[in-house]
Amino acid sequence: MTAPPDRPLLVAEGLTKHYGPNLGCADVSLDIHEGEVVAVVGESGSGKSTLLGLLSTQLHPSAGSVRYRMRDGEERDLLALGEAERRFLLRTDWGFVHQDARLGLRMGVSAGGNVGERLMAVGWRHYGRIRSEAEQWLDRVEIARDRIDDRPDTFSGGMRQRLQIAKNMVTRPRLIFMDEPTGGLDVSVQARLLDLIRGFVNDYGLAAVIVTHDLAVARLLSHRIVVMRHGRVVETGLTDQVLDDPREPYTQLLVASILQA
Amino acid sequence: MSEAPSYNFAYLDEQTKRMIRRALLKAVAIPGYQVPFASREMPMPYGWGTGGVQVTASVLGADDTLKVIDQGADDTTNAVSIRKFFERTAGIATTTHTSDATIIQTRHRIPETPLREGQILVYQVPIPEPLRFLEPRETETRRQHALEDYGIMHVKLYEDIARHGHIATTYAYPVKVDGRYIMDPSPTPKFDNPKMNMCPALQLFGAGREKRIYALPPYTNVVSLDFEDHPFEPTTFDRGCALCGSEGVYLDEVVTDDRGGRMFVCSDTDFCESRRDGFQQAGGTNYEARR
Repeated sequence: MTAPPDRPLLVAEGLTKHYGPNLGCADVSLDIHEGEVVAVVGESGSGKSTLLGLLSTQLHPSAGSVRYRMRDGEERDLLALGEAERRFLLRTDWGFVHQDARLGLRMGVSAGGNVGERLMAVGWRHYGRIRSEAEQWLDRVEIARDRIDDRPDTFSGGMRQRLQIAKNMVTRPRLIFMDEPTGGLDVSVQARLLDLIRGFVNDYGLAAVIVTHDLAVARLLSHRIVVMRHGRVVETGLTDQVLDDPREPYTQLLVASILQA
Repeated sequence: MSEAPSYNFAYLDEQTKRMIRRALLKAVAIPGYQVPFASREMPMPYGWGTGGVQVTASVLGADDTLKVIDQGADDTTNAVSIRKFFERTAGIATTTHTSDATIIQTRHRIPETPLREGQILVYQVPIPEPLRFLEPRETETRRQHALEDYGIMHVKLYEDIARHGHIATTYAYPVKVDGRYIMDPSPTPKFDNPKMNMCPALQLFGAGREKRIYALPPYTNVVSLDFEDHPFEPTTFDRGCALCGSEGVYLDEVVTDDRGGRMFVCSDTDFCESRRDGFQQAGGTNYEARR
């Protein structure tokens, strides 16, 4: 990996979210650099998905800020962006891969239409070019070209996740958010997906925030890891360091509870 | 007015008409934007033109002449009953001649005779939201209109080409109005889309069940959506009307017997009839006799 540039891509400071009297997450600060994969791990209800929602501006924080370095190099306060700008960011420079592919894909629209949607949203108006771009991306995520006109509801779980990734990657985003991307997939399919994501991170200098409860996924993909519990960050550091030599009792417990195959 | 004792002029009460006129003014001010309005129950079922009837009732004046067409025809049930409705409740003059009418209420067609300034064309609209079949949430479609976030509209056209090799949408073909809003031109055939562009007449759209009104002021730019390599093409026919011989008009297929006999005739009955009358007066070919 190349050395990360001086300025981080995304800077979150003091992110706090209350759901009424309940705490979603509290006082989370986080930097994400270009080409860097950060895993957020923790048990169910620890605030992982809330944090992902806050970082991707899909949730509005009770306190704290998120800043992002745009493609033109200018740092912007994401909470101050207009909705049109935020949507544009979400469908060009960002990606979002959901655990449930039905949230990320249009199940009634062909694979090609799904991949082409972002291109059409940013103004592509040439059918032939949209289609050939979609074909190339299907190749890259290892979906056969002759499935381009099939709807994703005819796809297997692993193919759906790969299609979601192609759909997001088509505008060459710099940052991609993933919420349990391997959830519900069997191990061999998981391995193939992880391999693919790792390839994109290397080839395109993609930065990623991956929420997962699976420490093996975190170990395989991420450079840094953030351990959360009860809405707070309990430990953060380099992935191998945290997983091999956990400092906090909770992290030790988490690491110790992995079944050794 | 002798037959209209128990109703206010044109059925609706004046307060309701004011409310609808306000919605119409807003719609004219923002071409292609869907304005919500408090649609009333009308003495006809939804789907029979309750939106169009309310718009017509609100713009109708005592000296107006009304024409009502359904699929281009003046003599179909829907057209006849709406015409009768306004004869009875407003006592206004009605006509079947496009050029004599000041207000034309229509379902599915734009008359072949070019419209002129001062005329109003009122469309009956079943589903005003062009994004509806791609995005079921109204909150989301309204936001997409507000932010001009129209990528999914082309996804629909993309799907058409992927499945059929060409854009197979032949009616309710989406248009972009004045470079801003994407609009459903109601289920008119795409054949009529070019007539909407720069039309000298005022075009009003009323959707009763969905409670939306939208409008195209005279001389508004209306562009049918397409791809660079699959441009919009209006429907063409490889023959003329079997009755009046017109070419370049929208034709209906009429089954004439139970042995596969069929003929193609103008869907615009008034246009077809006046062409034939004109021929007979001028001693020209009588196409009906020739057939």
